[in-house]
Amino acid sequence: MQCPKCHAPMHTYNRNGVQIEQCSGCRGIFLDYGELEALTRLESQWTQAVPPAPPGAPQAYPAAPAWGAPQHGHHGGHHGHHKRGFGHMLFSS
Amino acid sequence: MSQTAAQLVTALRRAQRDATAEVTVLADRPDGTVVRCGHVVAKAHPPGTDPAELAVRLGVAAHPRCAEILLPPVDGMGALPDGRQVTLWPYGEPVAPDAPDAVPWVEAGKLLARLHSVPIAELPGPLPAMRGPAKAARAIARLRAAALPDSVATRAVLRAWTGLPGWARGVNRTDHMNKGDDRTDRMNKGDEGGERIGLCHGDLHLGQLIRHRATDWRLIDIDDLGLGDPAWDLARPAAWYAAGLLAAEDWGRFLGAYRAAGGSAAGERDPWPRLDVPARALTVQTAALALAKAAAAGRALDEAEEAMVEASVRIAHFMEAAG
Repeated sequence: MQCPKCHAPMHTYNRNGVQIEQCSGCRGIFLDYGELEALTRLESQWTQAVPPAPPGAPQAYPAAPAWGAPQHGHHGGHHGHHKRGFGHMLFSS
Repeated sequence: MSQTAAQLVTALRRAQRDATAEVTVLADRPDGTVVRCGHVVAKAHPPGTDPAELAVRLGVAAHPRCAEILLPPVDGMGALPDGRQVTLWPYGEPVAPDAPDAVPWVEAGKLLARLHSVPIAELPGPLPAMRGPAKAARAIARLRAAALPDSVATRAVLRAWTGLPGWARGVNRTDHMNKGDDRTDRMNKGDEGGERIGLCHGDLHLGQLIRHRATDWRLIDIDDLGLGDPAWDLARPAAWYAAGLLAAEDWGRFLGAYRAAGGSAAGERDPWPRLDVPARALTVQTAALALAKAAAAGRALDEAEEAMVEASVRIAHFMEAAG
């Protein structure tokens, strides 16, 4: 099969039971009828298997050390609420 | 204007061959005087700066491997009549001090990642040790010398300090810091953190970032640059974040940019196993300086300083609880 865009040969790959053709030239991907739905189904299964991240915790690691300030996790880190003096502290040793 | 600043202005005017150019004093402190004249900035380094170590650090800043990271010097070194070492630099636009929300956290993270991945073997040497831990030790010495009345705050700061491993208190680098032995010593001792060695800035804060040209940020101030655990350079923002001063978004942007640019000093997942010791050291350093400075000026701590002292109190409590 040739790529409809750049006419380079396309190679077939198997991704979790779904056949996809990828162009060896432009790396574009061709999907047969129903393959897009199959991939979407696989994706939703994968995300359901992973527990949702708790709200307010964008990182996958602990937010702060054991001695961290108690307000961690409660304040959303809103901008414009810096403590007095912090602007100066940012610029000094 | 101090005598050092006046001497610096004279030297700079002579170097610029322009007796009329406007001169601005950017900083005039005992630990460093900086004067601007047109496109050039002259810095008088602190008294007691080792000329050989400064020459190596200057060579690193001028090295092509650091061209995208550190501001390169304009010229060689000089000295003032009072003996202070002088270096010349191109002027650059600093981070706006009145807009903490416009801080280039992403750029700071990227610059540090690049700095930490510079191959040491290709740089001029012998590279001295990074001076972060030595500066923390100096802050504690200053607090002790201030001899403040006993308080929860000073007791906690000193207690938190003694809980740190030797490498973070600068105790392994007393007499032989310019021989390169320091590095070997610490590697042999296997102190946690001390065994990881890379090129470090040594004193990162937002006054250390300037815009070289219209868009390119660079790190400045090479006085504390050298070999050490690169986690130290991440630890001041980490300490601000842990104290509740730095918004989670800003901390995330800084650390995320550092990691995305290949920085490895914070590990790959939870950064705190690597950042805990240096972040505690910088928390204690900041709190010690705040207590000493506030006492000397006869003023109360501001909210940010208070937050760093409170963090030191929590560190001390946590140490008691952990035994």
